[in-house]
This record gives sequence, structure tokens and C-alpha cells, in this order.
Amino acid sequence: MAASLTQQTKECIFKTCLFCNLFHKTIATRSMNIKRSHISATVQKEVQPEWQGVIGLEIHAQIKTLSKLFSGAATIYDANTNTQVAFFDAALPGTLPVLNQKCVQAGVMTALALGCDINLVSKFDRKHYFYADMPAGYQITQYRKPLAVNGRMTYMFQCSHNNKIERRSAQILQIQLEQDSGKSLHDPAVGYSLIDLNRAGIGLMEIVTAPDFTSGDDAASFVKDLRDILIDIGACDGKMAEGSLRVDANISVHRPGEPLGIRSEVKNINSFRNIRLAVDYEIRRQIQLLESGEQVVNETRSFDIQDGETVTMREKEKVLDYRFLPEPNLPPLVIHKDRSSVKSSQNVVVLEEVKSVLKELPDEKRKRLETKYNISLKNSVILVRANLAELFEKLVEHHSCDPAAASSVLRNSYAPFLDKAKLNSTDRPISDDGLAEIINIYGRGEISETSLGILLREKSENIHLSCKEIMDKNNLCILNDELLINAAIDDVCERNPKAVKAYKKGKTNQLEILSTKVKKKLDGKVASGKLYQLVKEKLQK
Amino acid sequence: MKYLIFFNSFLYKVPFFQISSIKLFSTKSKVPDKPVWDKIDFNSLPKVPEIDLELVEQLERISLVEFNNEEGYISLQNAVRSANLLHAINTEGVEPLDSVLEERELWLREDKVTEGNCLKEILSNATKVEEQYFVAPPGNIPMKQRGKHFLKSVVKEPETSS
Repeated sequence: MAASLTQQTKECIFKTCLFCNLFHKTIATRSMNIKRSHISATVQKEVQPEWQGVIGLEIHAQIKTLSKLFSGAATIYDANTNTQVAFFDAALPGTLPVLNQKCVQAGVMTALALGCDINLVSKFDRKHYFYADMPAGYQITQYRKPLAVNGRMTYMFQCSHNNKIERRSAQILQIQLEQDSGKSLHDPAVGYSLIDLNRAGIGLMEIVTAPDFTSGDDAASFVKDLRDILIDIGACDGKMAEGSLRVDANISVHRPGEPLGIRSEVKNINSFRNIRLAVDYEIRRQIQLLESGEQVVNETRSFDIQDGETVTMREKEKVLDYRFLPEPNLPPLVIHKDRSSVKSSQNVVVLEEVKSVLKELPDEKRKRLETKYNISLKNSVILVRANLAELFEKLVEHHSCDPAAASSVLRNSYAPFLDKAKLNSTDRPISDDGLAEIINIYGRGEISETSLGILLREKSENIHLSCKEIMDKNNLCILNDELLINAAIDDVCERNPKAVKAYKKGKTNQLEILSTKVKKKLDGKVASGKLYQLVKEKLQK
Repeated sequence: MKYLIFFNSFLYKVPFFQISSIKLFSTKSKVPDKPVWDKIDFNSLPKVPEIDLELVEQLERISLVEFNNEEGYISLQNAVRSANLLHAINTEGVEPLDSVLEERELWLREDKVTEGNCLKEILSNATKVEEQYFVAPPGNIPMKQRGKHFLKSVVKEPETSS
């Protein structure tokens, strides 16, 4: 009995979303049913609080510079093999590290953007391991006294199965500067590795977070926003496919209120999707282990993209011993608060100067849009991410557009239009006046969302035509004739009796399906809100 | 015992360059003019810990040095014993010194490409090259396990050898 109960509950966990309310509801009802029918010790165990994932992240971001962290070799991606290697990068005897000022500036800028305390004096350490792509036998990193500690970053949690958006924040434990390694090509068939040192010694920022995340979506949402910030401030190009931003996730599970479980580490995840998949897979795997009475092993795993699984890379514990020691070739790194403490004309990094060039951060922008113009969180997130916030403000401030209409048009029609036309947010295929006119037409309810896309396209191609002319020419004016709309609704309902029946039985999602069909029939020339209302009225008759 | 003098200068934050340039002639130097002989009671030092096969293997792995014979093993024990002398020094309240340049500020370089493009020179150090790559033994695999019969007389097998 106990075994089958466990089985039941497990199925339930794996079939539903682990982290939205849906899951909690199903679990709750399930346990209630169990409780009602069987009252025994095993059943009591089943109603314990549910497993919760605990995730901390280490993000390696390549710093966008011309030259490497400690040498003057170039950093171009995909350059000819071993042509971007200075003697220092190949660890030739007698070479010494010379720190790149730009890397320090990028690190300080990132630290400020993430609200960290900056260590005005930080130090470098050697971390030892023997890899052929790390010729010195150690990596120069910051272990005892990193560049910055103790920050906090706000990010937008976005659930991948519903469109839930929520503002969350995570603690940043530290930011450190370190060297990247070279690249190895392994060929098991011939039994040796090929080494390219072009990447060896490129500057990395390692950003370490507290274990503040609970799911794959949560972790991926954070990295997405972190990437936006890093690109925004010019610290990193954020090209995950090229390995400019790589994520390691430390994952464990526990029941809320209990101490944290043993964690495993999944290394080198290189896309948002893989972060979500790897983390969720690992959580499921650990829950399964613990439910069947086994232990989680502290080990390093890698994510297999093909199978969607994580697999063991190496066991940790005793085998790894990095033998950290102070890097004797580098005196302490000093960040100056202001110019007054700078002695000569030496190259220095001055905190105040970095602060003064720091632009408005994405979340500050979002908050301003929300409070000043009273637009929704979802709209502000999309406007800022699509880099349309500036245009939005201009339209509202200088062209007296209605904020709600402007945000709606930019988000739902203009952004997809740019995407489709393969244009950048900085390209302006339609003049601001033209755009303002379109927004005002939409605001007055004279055009539907679907027709907006056509209007935008036509307007960009025929600049000399007015919006009115385009709308007349393409017959884009909105349908307001309720008789006509109702006739279309009647027709669609008649053709889809099953959907109508299903709706009456409580499947409310049919409303959307039917509305979409009606809309298609009317060439999209009807306002969605109004159509919904009419379809709903019809169905509830 | 000579080690002591050497380590003293490190532990008491007297950088070498200061010794040579200024402090050498100063009477206030913490470095004595002549070697000082201190008697150390070896019994007061921590014992050299037992080194079992597991530890030998771990040390080999992280140092990439093989313990080829008994002599090597005994030399390791002696090294630990010798390092243990440091326990005789009172370092209470003394901040550790990382580098003799600790009072200096790290010099920063402008972000300019000044090196690289020296494929020929870089690869001239390699014993084996394929196309433009270095050829290396396959990475990230454990070191070859060898029998340690020759260490049998001195090394204990780890208890959990199964």
C-alpha cells in the first residue's frame, strides 16, 4: 500500500508544473483524498511539506575588452587557432601578469549595477589544477578578497507555462575577476586532446549568487535579466552561444523549514532554455533519489542537451584540492574613491568616475514607466527589454499619446513588426509623428490590433501616404456593427457545436478558441475585448 | 635552523627591499645582524602524520610527482617534519604577509592589443603539434593507477580499500 501511494504521489509531481500554484493545488487535493480514505502512519508521511528546490548560481561572464586580463593578446571570437596567444598566456617562464584597466572598470561597473559593496583593496590568488588548457597549472582568480561582495539584484520572474510575471530579487555574494581557460578538443578515438589557447587568459567576471532560486524558470529569469544588465553597461556581449556567458548551478532540494540538502553542481550551461531544463531535471532527479531512500552525492554534473539529462562528470569531496595561495606576482588591486587619493598620472580606476557614467538600469527604467505613466508590469518589462522605453516616453511626452494606448501598440504591434522586418529598436522606419498618429487612431478605437500590424507595415513602405489613406485603401477600419459581428458569431457557433458544448460544461478556454475563429472570419477587423464580450454573451445564453 | 631566520623576515612584515635599501643600516631593524641560534624542542612540535596509500595517491595527483621508491616517501616525511618547525614561531597578532610588494598599488595596463600573432614561437615549445593545435594527453581523467608494491614496507593500505 505504502509503495503504491508513493508511486501515486510521485506521478503527480512529475506530471504537473513543480512551481506554480497548479502543482500545489493538485498535491493538496491528492493528499486530502488519501487522508480521507486511509489513516495510517505512511499517509501522515505523505502530507509532509513538499520538496522544494534550492538553487545558487555562478555566472561566468567574459569581459568585453580588446585584450586579455593579464596580457596584450587579442580576444576576438573564433580567431585562427593559437594566434591570440601571448607568451604569458602560454605560461612561458619569466613572463609576468599585467592587469587590464578595462577589466577592472567593467568589474566595478557591474558591482555598482548589482548594488555590491566594493572592496577598495582586493587581492588575487592562484587556484591550482592540471588541465592542458591551463598551461600555468593554476588560474589567477580572487579567492580571499574579491573585487566586490554583498549585492542584490532585482529581476523579473517569468513562468514558462503561464504568463505570470513577478518582481523578485536575489542576493549577490561576490564578484571576482579571473582568467578564462583555453579550449580542448577531445578525440577519444585517437586518445589525445587538441589545445587552442586563444581563449586562455581572457578576462572573466564570476558572479556568485546566494541560493535564492527555487526553480529552473526562476534561475533562467535571473540570468536573462543579469545578461540584459551586463550588455546594457557594456561589460559583456552576452553571446551565450559563443560562450561569453556561462552558468554553473548548485542545486539541492529540501522540505521548507528543514536544513538545506546535499547539493550537486551542473556545469557550463549555455542557454536560458538549458538552465531551465537542467535545473528542473536535477530537482526531479534528487527528489526521486530521496523519496526512494537514497542519498544525493556531492558531485559535478554536466547537462546533456540531447537527452535533457544531467550526467556525472566527477565526484567532488576529497579528489579536488585547489591549493589556493596568494598570487605573489600581483600587489593588491586598489580602487580609488575619488581623484584626491590618486598620486601621479598612473592608470587607475576611480569609483566616482565609474559611477558617473553608469546609465539608468533596466529595473529603474521599468519602475519609472510604471509609476510615472501607470502602465502594467508586463508592458514595462517588454518595453524595456525591446529597448522601446525611450521611444515610448517621447511619444507620450512630446506627441501627447495616451500611455496605455502607446504601450499597447508598441508592445503588441510595433515590437513584432520590427522583429518581422529584421529591424533594430534604434531604426525608425516610421516617423515619430506617424507613429503617434497610429497610436491615436488605435486609442480612439478606430482600428483593431490585427489591422495595426498591416497599417504599420504599409506606413513604413509608403511614407507619403497618410494613415487615413492607407486604412481606406486596405479597408482596415474597425467593424463596429454588432449585427455583423453577431452574425459571424452565430455562424462559427453553428459550425462548432462541440466547442460550444464543452464551454457550457466548464471548459472556459473554448471562449478563446471560438473568439479566434470569429476574428479570422472577420479578417481581424474587430476589437478583441468587444469580441470576447459578445462571444461570451452568446455562449451564456 | 637556518630556515628560522629566513621565515622571520616574512612573518614580521619586514619586506626584503626595505632591508636592503633602508633598514639594513638602521639599528632598529628587527632582523638581527648575525644568525641567531634557537634551540627547538622537537617533542613540542606536532607529530608527522601517518601517510597512507590513499594520501600518497592524492599527493601524486595534485603535484604530478610520482613517489617512485621508499626514498621518495621518506623524503616526504622529512619535508613535513622540516615544515613543522614553523609551529615553533609565535605569530599571534601578526598579520600574514602575502607579498613584499603589499604596500604597493597594482599597476594597470591600458586595454590595447600589443602581443599575440606569434604562432611559430608559441608552438616551437611543443613536443607534438597537429595543424595549429598543441597535442596533449586526454584531459580530465584520473592518473593511471600503478601498483604500489614497492612502498609496501612503509605505507599502510587505507582501511576502506574495498
